[in-house]
Amino acid sequence: MATVAANTATVAHVAEHEHHEPQSFWRKYVFSEDHKTIAKQYLISGIIWSVIGISLSVMFRLQLGFPDMKLEFLRPILGNWINESGKLDPDFYLALVTMHGTIMVFFVLTAGLSGTFSNFLIPLQVGARDMASGFLNMLSYWFFFLASAVMLVSLFIETGPAAGGWVVYPPLSALPQAHPGSQLGMTLWLVSMALFIVSQLLGGINYITTVINLRTRGMSFSKLPLTIWAFFLTAVLGLISFPVLLSAALLLIFDRSFGTSFYLSEIYIGQTGEALPNVGGSPILFQHLFWFLGHPEVYIVLLPALGMTSEIIATNARKPIFGYRAMIASMMGIAFLAFIVWAHHMFVTGMNPFLGSIFMFLTLIIAVPSAVKAFNYITTLWRGNIRFTPAMLFSIGLVSFFISGGLTGLILGNSALDIQLHDTYFVVAHFHLVMGAASAFGLLAGVYHWFPKMFGRMMDEKLGYIHFWLTFIGIYLVFFPMHYIGIAGFPRRYYAFTSYDFTKNIFTDMNSFISLAAIFTFTAQWVFIWNFVYSLFKGKKAPQNPWKSNTLEWTTPINPGHGNWPGEIPAVYRWPYDYSKPGAKDDFIPQNVPYSQTPESNLPHENELIGLEKEIEAQNLNDQFKQPH
Amino acid sequence: MVYIVALLSVIFLGLAVLVISRMAAVVKSTRGPVEEGRIGMSNRVNAALFMVFFVVGLVGAVWSFWYASDFFLPEASSPHGRRTDFLFWLSMAIITVAFLVTNALLFFFAWRYQHREGYKAAYYPENHKLELIWTVIPAVVMAILVFTGWRAWRDIMSEAPADAQVFEIVGKQFNWIVRYPGVDDNKLGAYNYKLIDNSNDTGIDYTDQASFDDFTSTTELHIPVNKPVLLKIRARDVLHSVFIPHLRVKMDAVPGMPTRFWFVADKTTDEMRNITGNQDFGYEIACTEVCGRGHFSMRIRLVVEDEASWQAWCKEQKPLLSSTPELAARIPANLKAKAAKYLPADAPAAPADSTTASTQQGGGVSIARTTIR
Repeated sequence: MATVAANTATVAHVAEHEHHEPQSFWRKYVFSEDHKTIAKQYLISGIIWSVIGISLSVMFRLQLGFPDMKLEFLRPILGNWINESGKLDPDFYLALVTMHGTIMVFFVLTAGLSGTFSNFLIPLQVGARDMASGFLNMLSYWFFFLASAVMLVSLFIETGPAAGGWVVYPPLSALPQAHPGSQLGMTLWLVSMALFIVSQLLGGINYITTVINLRTRGMSFSKLPLTIWAFFLTAVLGLISFPVLLSAALLLIFDRSFGTSFYLSEIYIGQTGEALPNVGGSPILFQHLFWFLGHPEVYIVLLPALGMTSEIIATNARKPIFGYRAMIASMMGIAFLAFIVWAHHMFVTGMNPFLGSIFMFLTLIIAVPSAVKAFNYITTLWRGNIRFTPAMLFSIGLVSFFISGGLTGLILGNSALDIQLHDTYFVVAHFHLVMGAASAFGLLAGVYHWFPKMFGRMMDEKLGYIHFWLTFIGIYLVFFPMHYIGIAGFPRRYYAFTSYDFTKNIFTDMNSFISLAAIFTFTAQWVFIWNFVYSLFKGKKAPQNPWKSNTLEWTTPINPGHGNWPGEIPAVYRWPYDYSKPGAKDDFIPQNVPYSQTPESNLPHENELIGLEKEIEAQNLNDQFKQPH
Repeated sequence: MVYIVALLSVIFLGLAVLVISRMAAVVKSTRGPVEEGRIGMSNRVNAALFMVFFVVGLVGAVWSFWYASDFFLPEASSPHGRRTDFLFWLSMAIITVAFLVTNALLFFFAWRYQHREGYKAAYYPENHKLELIWTVIPAVVMAILVFTGWRAWRDIMSEAPADAQVFEIVGKQFNWIVRYPGVDDNKLGAYNYKLIDNSNDTGIDYTDQASFDDFTSTTELHIPVNKPVLLKIRARDVLHSVFIPHLRVKMDAVPGMPTRFWFVADKTTDEMRNITGNQDFGYEIACTEVCGRGHFSMRIRLVVEDEASWQAWCKEQKPLLSSTPELAARIPANLKAKAAKYLPADAPAAPADSTTASTQQGGGVSIARTTIR
């Protein structure tokens, strides 16, 4: 009876919600507290940033691929960064490399990927009305927006944006005399990153709280979709590691502006020559602090992509994900190990070689859970009934990149081999495949898969196929040959390869080829952008459950409103991967279908769970609409 | 080349037509709801394309590897370099097998298990035995790689042998400076960054008598062949990284924290000219840690020669003190006599107040002679 009474109360409350004053345009679309709107804000910001970030890479690829090319046509955008002879300025080349890295890692693949899909999917897939705190969630986006604004402004200042590499190692980044990019550009970089970190922490706290506290009736941790597991672990990683980056940035700000010596020691610098008074600091300290975030950051970027891929592959292979528990265990293993491998970025920094040995052991351990994940994806395809939606294609592409890029990690993680390959193009190829391309494919797969839920319309599938094949081929053409250049010993962040005999006149054709492939891949992305924008307004109307998926978001109305579900939030009785269950009439059974309704397909131990259904239905602690607010 | 460009243009044109016609089709199509559950031709095309991609990709990978392999890992001239090269190719062999097998399975399964009408996928949620197998196999392979790699790393990073010939290399924006320990005592003198000025660009401290015969160069580092060499590495301004590609040497240069790397070069420059068939061959040292505008051109030449000619070459070099006699002003009075033989006979008498002297020499920059507390 209590349930019925509660139910009436909810319906009344929902009715009351429907009679809310219509929200003003500003509250509804701009300063919105609705997780779905915030997710779309993150997505659109992320897409804009990715266009900027990739354009920067195309500019420096022109320099690398065609060193003799006249770049006068870029003068309208770059102004005096194109010098009198029509060439890119070497200082600005470094700025381009730096900003490409910063933008792609933080603004696209952290905010654009995790920000979009954690916000969008966590409440919808765990069965919550909204995030635990809509207000903090709104703040999170607007802090990100501020960070974006500051970073964007830094691109246009006279001395140029930060230019010490995305890792901003001091003393180069700490001393304005060392490089024009270390002047105002670096200050803006640090301000922007501080705001960005605040945004990440606000978001992360919200994701964790929502997953722990606001799961619907019956949604135990062992019934969570792998997407949610991935978002949850990502948020935990971010919450622990981002503050360390903030502290590194703060100490760098002190060194730059207040005369401290955290990272500075025994420096004589400048054209005229000046011995700085700072002694006792250590540049290596910054590297430790930076990579304590920097390595988990790789997984902050990658885990959400892997989580979404698990969901998409299972749905479209019409098969349960193979080894659900092993997938969770390997994600937990990766998340834990992510914190204790950071110094493999520092094997040749002069760090004690004994530490190098320890970090080599720990680093190669992380390959084991990663291998388990790859094998499990492949086994999920085995004997499936695969439907190639664009999302599915991108997920398979992700698995291929994850394998191809991950394997070279075994070489770089080996400190003895890292001596030769450290800071060469081998590293660039490795992390672009395993972290850049794989995560970007996760993002694209997620957009294709959840577009119908986000906007109530479908994206065009055939354009999706074309987009996939051009991008998949293009990315391999860019990064596969890059390994060769690395094995030949070409160092990264070089403006030109003409100063050394060991790089002069070698691989110029290969570098041109890579640049052409990069331009080709970038061009192909406009197919996606056209498809996205067109479908946003004129796409075909989405059906209720276009992919015949099991998870809860497809039980909401096609255009879910405030509170996501009209009336009661559905209860959950089973795990999210009951695809092609023997005996069942359909090839999928959504999570909110009780075992009592599917006697024909229940496994023996599941029949015993029928008795618990009443109990599950009686719980109703977490509906935010039932709490006074 | 013309044919390739023409071929590419045709391909691009074809792709552009495909994309535009598809866009037009999207715009024209009615805006009704999609029909559900229709899986048609495109599914088969996509499945087939995965196999095509795999086969063509494999051919491309093999061909490009063969094409690029001439320039892989330039001839190693150090024993530790040949050891890591072997480990590199061993690891490459292992990961190539894994790469081929897993990608082959991925694409093959995608094609083989494409949607078929009336077929139901297998309900196969777990198999503990399988998972155990593919947890243990990577773990064992990894353990072997780690162990071999660790042993190599331990040996490479071990303390340099006592008879190692010491050199110092200092990174600055944007060149390297090498300092030789000198022929008389074969010992590097002390240094202090506050002593750096235009005449003393590595900050040699002349209160240490081991400094008197040290000499420096910004163009060449000469080292003896078949003898352990210990590079003492430091930086003046920002991070740099010593990279000697042919010797498989890389170590960062860190301001305020001296680092080191020891190795044996076992092929002289001349021998390498014969091996590579390139009469202009020269060893080079590069920078691999981004350090600013000139990062890409911090070249210094490295000359490896047999011990006799190396010693002869060193004897020809003048100590910094001899070529820059004004530095004599920094020598404390009790060591003046020992320094005399490096100074020209008509060397100016040292002024009593050395602080004033260094101010004059510093090119207008005042450098107090303080030592670090």
